[in-house]
Amino acid sequence: MGIWQSYRMRLRRKRAKIRAFRKHFALRSVTDRTGQIAPGDVLLFSTLRDELVRLPYFLQYYRNLGIAHFLIVDNASSDGGTDYLAQQPDVSLWSTRASYKRARFGVDWLNWLQGRYGHDHWTLVVDPDEFLVYPFCDTRPIRALTDWLDSSAVKSFGAMLLDMYPKGRIDAVPYRAGQDPLEIAAWFDPGNYMIEKNRRYGNLWIQGGPRARVFFADNPKKAPALNKTPLVRWDRRYAYDSSTHMLLPRGLNLTYDEWGGEKASGILLHAKFLDTFTAKAEEELVRRQHYAGSVEYRAYAEHVRGNPELWCKWSEKYINWRQLEILGLMSKGNWA
Amino acid sequence: MSLGIVMLVHTAFGRAEQVVRHWAASGCPLVIHVDQAVPNKAYSAFVKALSDLPDIRFARRHRCEWGMWGLVAATQNASEIMLREFREVRHVYLTSGSCLPLRPVQELIDYLAARPHTDFIESATTADVPWTIGGLDEERFTLRFPFSWRKNRYLFDRYVALQRAVGFRRRLPNSIVPHMGSQWWCLTRQTLSAILEDPERRRYERYFSKVWIPDESYFQTLARQYSRQIESRSLTLSKFDYQGKPHIFYDDHLQLLRRSDCFVARKIWPFANRLYEAFLTDQASAMKRTEPNPGKIDRIFAKAVERRTRGRPGLYMQSRFPVEGRENGLTCAPYSVFEGFSELFENFEPWLARMTGMRVHGHLFAPERAEFADGQTVTAGALSDSAALRDYNPHAFLASLMWNTRGERQCFQLGPNDIFEEVEWAMAKDTNAQISVISGAWAVPLFQSNANFSEIRREAARLQQIEAEHLKVLRSQWVRARVRIWTMAEFIEAPMEPLQTIIDEIGSANPHGLAEVPRMADLTGFGQFLQNLKNQGMHPYLMGDFRAEAGLHQPPESQRKPYLVR
Repeated sequence: MGIWQSYRMRLRRKRAKIRAFRKHFALRSVTDRTGQIAPGDVLLFSTLRDELVRLPYFLQYYRNLGIAHFLIVDNASSDGGTDYLAQQPDVSLWSTRASYKRARFGVDWLNWLQGRYGHDHWTLVVDPDEFLVYPFCDTRPIRALTDWLDSSAVKSFGAMLLDMYPKGRIDAVPYRAGQDPLEIAAWFDPGNYMIEKNRRYGNLWIQGGPRARVFFADNPKKAPALNKTPLVRWDRRYAYDSSTHMLLPRGLNLTYDEWGGEKASGILLHAKFLDTFTAKAEEELVRRQHYAGSVEYRAYAEHVRGNPELWCKWSEKYINWRQLEILGLMSKGNWA
Repeated sequence: MSLGIVMLVHTAFGRAEQVVRHWAASGCPLVIHVDQAVPNKAYSAFVKALSDLPDIRFARRHRCEWGMWGLVAATQNASEIMLREFREVRHVYLTSGSCLPLRPVQELIDYLAARPHTDFIESATTADVPWTIGGLDEERFTLRFPFSWRKNRYLFDRYVALQRAVGFRRRLPNSIVPHMGSQWWCLTRQTLSAILEDPERRRYERYFSKVWIPDESYFQTLARQYSRQIESRSLTLSKFDYQGKPHIFYDDHLQLLRRSDCFVARKIWPFANRLYEAFLTDQASAMKRTEPNPGKIDRIFAKAVERRTRGRPGLYMQSRFPVEGRENGLTCAPYSVFEGFSELFENFEPWLARMTGMRVHGHLFAPERAEFADGQTVTAGALSDSAALRDYNPHAFLASLMWNTRGERQCFQLGPNDIFEEVEWAMAKDTNAQISVISGAWAVPLFQSNANFSEIRREAARLQQIEAEHLKVLRSQWVRARVRIWTMAEFIEAPMEPLQTIIDEIGSANPHGLAEVPRMADLTGFGQFLQNLKNQGMHPYLMGDFRAEAGLHQPPESQRKPYLVR
């Protein structure tokens, strides 16, 4: 990597920071409880829209892991989610009616908030349908992980997105607020992932899973990316470049070992495919606020109208992190 | 009381206080050293919190940085106070704030009282142990290290390089033999005071203060000079990972620690409430220990290091993506590739599955779809048969299939019609691959087909060219797979012998030879067919020599079956 390349990456990072600054004017603070944040707290950042039904379990799940404070951007929810979040004692809430797409799918807003409040904290960026699983997450709080990463001088922790889906039609079982979505969407594809290295950014580009298998079997190139680096010891100079798939400076993307060993990694259980999905896919198709002209949602809508079943004979039912470790989807690395 | 504790603290003062009180409750005097880097406010709060305990002293504060002299200076200082102020102390135990006593303190006191002249200090010469960090072992003692490895890595490395370049070598004072070992020791008053009151102490200090990681060598070396009896082991259980950083214990290690049979463990995560509750209790509840099994901790941590450094062979995932050549096994399990067999034998696949119990797939890399066994459209791991998905990343496809079916040997057909360019080398270089080729057998389906001869001729030329290139790869010097190649003519002379060899190598389910032979295609007129191709200017050579006269090469069904003779 030459000086020129490095310089271009620096410019890219600067640009992301400037975008974040520009876009932050669209954010209006609803409740600001950031005064509660103590040094060493692990913070969660999220952007969402119309996710009220998911919020109770989402907050509960991450509180249990030991997240100290939630910093959430509400993008024009109309389902009462704004009020619900504003009442939570550990949530700081911003709201905006600006375009999700033009804030690069929320990245600009969160980059700003992370720079402002996340400096020197471990920050976790997840969507309300993503549930982080890391080695020993059933017995050790997230602080144990981040302390260990600190002592190992590691600044970022990778967690691949694992699409979860129900057995039977996606819309067969209705999801109730407060319910563990993994009770319904309990299944996943254990071994059909494709990895490529992105030479420019140094991150791995992972595709596959049920979405590639069912929605993109004829056009795999368009299948959504599953690699994510959601947990980062943030510094105000850092920036997510594209969703949480890529980070700058590039060194933060090296969450994998290239010499045959395994680094520690986690999984983001992606409980997207619930009964709420069908309606969401239709709506997003009209809004066209998602990546690449919502190509993903177009593919979904087509398939979902027909036969919304992702389950197959070889699907695996989720048990716990150890199962994912044995399947080789995540790794303990040298954490024991 | 005969046991005194020297404790080095730099963080988690709440926990340190708990441990101090635990030691003090059993009557052990303590001298505590707090790192200079700790803010005065935190320090005085800590001192105040412990002010109700009588036998506690605080040593002068030094800056303790890992790998630097400060740690030793702090230890010397604190030890001097201990020896001076508590005359009755016989053994001095060096611990840290994140150490946790596992067994009742009284047990430790009794244990030491029974061994009044024994020093417990891990102490080994550099030649005997493989503990190296940053590629320095003996040079730790022969070079000078004024720069911090953690903070000034650049200067550290440059200065080492410089000293190597000019051939600088330090002389060891009084020709001592340097020893190293765990920094957590337990020394007798005699040994410790001999080290501290040594008339040559200044000289040793000058030397060791520029040694790298002196806290692991100063006492370890000098104890060898004075000790009457050294037990070269640490009473503190402390495990290190491959970077030389201590493993941390959490709540879920409780049973492991209970069974470790060690007196003190390090290092404990400050928020491991259950551990602190379980071990910092009174004698009675701490005593309910289970059968000791100290080996288990070793195994667990050794495995963790192995996982980090070598990983699981054949696994490609988000945090293991080895560069070419560092895979430590391209795939995770042995597999077999057959080229030309299913063309030559009519029922080869079902026959092979019956004979070996393997999972026998068709042409996995066929242009239309991956022909999984039993006509499945999705197979283990939810791997799809879509040709587009497979060809998008064929290497991932192959590696995933092998990984998903660990424990069941896989086998598939390959031919020049298939799309395998991208995995050709991956298979050829894979020690797990067993590749058996009957070259030229692709001509059999053409021979049997009903196409126009000009089309057949064109197709034959194309397939022959592809296979010729492929055979070049399989014959190259970089091949690591188990490769066997026969021409078709050679093969049909005695087909059972090669088949038996292949299947023996696989480890057949049937040790008594092949009970059944596959049915060979009817090759009557095949020689003439090849002659016709030649007559049209296309020269089929990969199948070997077939004579044009009909009837020379009958299918071997009518011949003797060598492995049926018992």
